[in-house]
Amino acid sequence: MSTNGKMTRKKDLTFLQRIYIPEILKGLRLTIGQIFRPKITIQYPEVRFSPPASFRGRPILVEENGTERCVACGLCSRVCPALAIEVQADETTLEKERFPVKFEINMVRCIFCGFCEEVCPEEAIIMSKEYELVFESQEEAVFGKDRLLVPIDQVKERLDFLHKHR
Amino acid sequence: MEILISLIRICVVLGVVLLLVVVLVWSERRISAAIQNRIGPNRVGPNGILQPVADVLKLLMKEDIVPKNANRTIHDLAPIISIGVALSTFAVIPVGNTIELFGTTIKLQIADVNIGILYILALTSMGVYGVTLAGWSSNNKYSLLGGLRSSAQLISYELSMGLSIIGVLLVSGSLRLDEIVEHQGSYIWGWLPAWNMFLQPVAFITFVVAAFAETNRLPFDLPEAEPELVGGYHTEYSGLKFGLFMLSEYANIVTASAVIVTLFLGGYNVPFIEQAGLSAFTVSILQVGAFCFKVLCVLLFIILIRWTLPRFRYDQLMNLGWKVMLPITLANLLVTGFVIVAL
Repeated sequence: MSTNGKMTRKKDLTFLQRIYIPEILKGLRLTIGQIFRPKITIQYPEVRFSPPASFRGRPILVEENGTERCVACGLCSRVCPALAIEVQADETTLEKERFPVKFEINMVRCIFCGFCEEVCPEEAIIMSKEYELVFESQEEAVFGKDRLLVPIDQVKERLDFLHKHR
Repeated sequence: MEILISLIRICVVLGVVLLLVVVLVWSERRISAAIQNRIGPNRVGPNGILQPVADVLKLLMKEDIVPKNANRTIHDLAPIISIGVALSTFAVIPVGNTIELFGTTIKLQIADVNIGILYILALTSMGVYGVTLAGWSSNNKYSLLGGLRSSAQLISYELSMGLSIIGVLLVSGSLRLDEIVEHQGSYIWGWLPAWNMFLQPVAFITFVVAAFAETNRLPFDLPEAEPELVGGYHTEYSGLKFGLFMLSEYANIVTASAVIVTLFLGGYNVPFIEQAGLSAFTVSILQVGAFCFKVLCVLLFIILIRWTLPRFRYDQLMNLGWKVMLPITLANLLVTGFVIVAL
């Protein structure tokens, strides 16, 4: 844009630009400069990506004082859009009175939306940082309580993130 | 004896060209990755140098599919034409001056043809048959469009290519490639090598642009513009036949850069080497090395251009070919003619 009141349009090229070769050289300077910039590739099997706390990896159950926080209300199972969660409740003598006798997440169905984490009133099911999920069969992909329970001190970061941003 | 020497020359040059193709494919992938801040193939062999070999092995294992309504004979013939033309163009390129080996003088050029440049022009225009026939015989509209574009593009740019070569011919006064190279061994004003790049700068630029168009490289890769035409003329090719197309494409690039070096960058000449007082044998070896070095530099330039410029639109391509390149080359020819007559 010029200041003397006369509009110059972007598409009006100068003579040098119309010759095009100086512009090619400018472009070449840019691409050659890019060659020497640091690479962003992560060499996967040797180097692994460690995600930030906001990452939604596989959902896990929080284990506190040797038992799960879950009270088997079944909200996660209700909200799950992929119908991946199955909860079966039972009574317990503990203070929370109810506990899941069976808690299964079918990891083939899970879409990592995080709705279960959002809806959980006890903060018992949260998303972890784990993203390496490989199964050899459908049965192996159904995670029971044994594989879902994770001690609370291992998921502190995610809990802090949830407290801060939710 | 003569036949044996010729066979050895053919094998060596063919081997070097195929080796250069492997290096070209690898360096293209690594350099393009570097330009995009990636790493590129680095797993197969040291620094991934064996990646093209792995690619070829994969292509060999693949099934060869011919579409149901395709013309089978022509479909098979097209890649053969492409690769044959691409490799045989190299026959007239002088890789070096004569060399003394085991008491015999060997000329480092497979075929010493007295119409070398015409041979190159003729063969590169033959190459379009491979592409066009591949597009037509596939019975696929995308392939056909790719083949048609290719022929239109080649006709448009062959003209300015030929006209810019005529400038070189006027300067050196010969159609023989070895004489053109010899002519570039002298000096202007005693210090500047008389490379045609300096004598014919306009022809140099137009020839390089036309060479890009002839080899279907970006920014002129309309025959295979993948966002518009799926894959262009080789959409319906798979396995070894697809591999042959890829090979001929890269061999064409190597040949084109060798032609650029021969015609404009002084060929095998090393500036001021005659003043160094080296033995004839060392000079020959150095000249071959210089030729390879120059070819590699041109190849690097071609790769860098690919990742710098966007593709032309079809009408822009035709405008550039007929309204810009042709007048410029004609004017260059006129000026060159006047200057030569005046001198």
